[in-house]
Amino acid sequence: MMADSIIKQLSIFVNNEPGRLAYIASVLRECGINMQAFNLAESTDFGILRAIVEDPEGAYSKLKAKGVIVRKTDVIGVILEDTPGALFQAADAFGKAGINIEYGYAYSGKTGSVFYMRVNDPEKAVEVLKRDGIRLVSSGGIRWAI
Amino acid sequence: MFWNSKIECMRKEDLKALQYRELKSLVNNLYSFNRFYHDRMKAANVHPDDITSIADASKLPFMYKQDLRDNYPTNMFTVSNSEVVRYHVSSGTTGKPTLVGYTRNDLEYWTEALARSLTSVGIGADDTMQVSYGYGLFTGGLGLHYGAERVGATVLPASTGSTERQIELIKDLGVTAIACTPSYLIHMGDVAKRMGIDFRRDTKLRKAVLGAEPWSDGMRRHIEDSMGIRAFDIYGTSEMAGPMFTECEERNGIHMAGDLVYCEIIDPDTGENLEPGQKGELVVTMLKKEAMPMIRYRIKDITSIDEEECPCGRTSPRISRISGRSDDMLIIRGINVFPSQIEYTLMQIPQLAGHYMIIVTREGALDRMVVQVEIKEEAFSDKVEDMNKLRSYVESQLKKYLNIAAEVELKAPGELPRFEGKSKRVVDKRVI
Repeated sequence: MMADSIIKQLSIFVNNEPGRLAYIASVLRECGINMQAFNLAESTDFGILRAIVEDPEGAYSKLKAKGVIVRKTDVIGVILEDTPGALFQAADAFGKAGINIEYGYAYSGKTGSVFYMRVNDPEKAVEVLKRDGIRLVSSGGIRWAI
Repeated sequence: MFWNSKIECMRKEDLKALQYRELKSLVNNLYSFNRFYHDRMKAANVHPDDITSIADASKLPFMYKQDLRDNYPTNMFTVSNSEVVRYHVSSGTTGKPTLVGYTRNDLEYWTEALARSLTSVGIGADDTMQVSYGYGLFTGGLGLHYGAERVGATVLPASTGSTERQIELIKDLGVTAIACTPSYLIHMGDVAKRMGIDFRRDTKLRKAVLGAEPWSDGMRRHIEDSMGIRAFDIYGTSEMAGPMFTECEERNGIHMAGDLVYCEIIDPDTGENLEPGQKGELVVTMLKKEAMPMIRYRIKDITSIDEEECPCGRTSPRISRISGRSDDMLIIRGINVFPSQIEYTLMQIPQLAGHYMIIVTREGALDRMVVQVEIKEEAFSDKVEDMNKLRSYVESQLKKYLNIAAEVELKAPGELPRFEGKSKRVVDKRVI
């Protein structure tokens, strides 16, 4: 069950030039890849598109075949109740357990929100959150999680 | 005004005779006592007896920068260490620097050349000269320093950097002349403007001796119009000694003192000598150098030669403004950079694929160099921090090997152009 809560995020290198993101997006469309959530981190000369997709393994192979620079990264998705303090509960649990959040981004669905994050120790993070009764997105059911 | 009118205004025939005597004794000496030059002459099938006039210099084999690299550090020196009194070093192409050495006489002739040059542009004992070339391994700072002292000027050894402080010193000390790169002087002008200082109104700075990088008459006009400073071109490379020769007040070519250097212009492709007035590659033979003689050294700068007597009275031949290079050397903020140096540095970094592009622009007065590199697929991280670290590392390595700041841009594999045949990895967008 624990491994089930660790999700494969796809990270894609995007050169910081006009039209590059459009190109990557067109490849995703051609490959029939549907993004559940994504985030774009940028530096001066490049960007990193991080995406949660339905079938990460399949999408990874398809993108690779297209020559896109892509990497799989383990992230976890915390389901946040639509109430004040929801983020605090998860962040506080991490703080107490000494888990470091490297980056994160939120996705807001019809019934609730998911905060996807990369942490330094995903296994331990899952353990800590589950113990505190915090719900996590499972890799098999991203679409129906919320 | 002349520093040494006997030599500077010598009749042309006498100068040619003097050059011949100098060359003959130099070649005799090297052929007899120096392994490197002896072998070179043997291989070229030329003997000292073949030299019967200064024009016969064209029979001698060429020397190249590669010779200095191959013989690093001191294999080409023709004197013992006890006679060498100074080194200067420039960065090399493959991490290996180029070393030049000087005897006491070498320094003496270098200083003499600069004393003549500074006198020819009217800089003398009444002047206060700020030397804003880098002091240290680079030849510019110390060279101009001793030259200016020799003519009796009060020298302010400012070196490079701390621009605002330099401008304050120009103002406070009544500096009348400056030696620096043309782009640095323009940069000073911009900074002074921000400080509310007008060079014309607030300072006594009226003369500038500018070089170490290519510049144009357009830049000269800009400096003169906006700053009220009369600008003179100076020329020289570390293989010759350093910056040595300038234009005179006529500003119609750089006087290459004939007793110190014999200049030829050749076709860079065939190596054949060209006529005066024809553009080609400058080849120099240093007639007095001791520690490290330079015979028919191919500098790779493109210029032409004018042997007519100058209205100033000097008889030495003049070379026109350097119009380019016959190799791929770039001059960035006064520092020589070869693309091969950059390539070598990048090759040492395992996270990078072999492809790169060098983009040079000029922003305001300063050159900006961007090096675009392709990362290897396995070097890609989803964390911006890791990528930024890689970028900083590449920048620090370039700084270490080139001695100049370059900005690095990371690119995905396959993003940079591929070349078939001759690659065009350098895009120089500077308008000089």
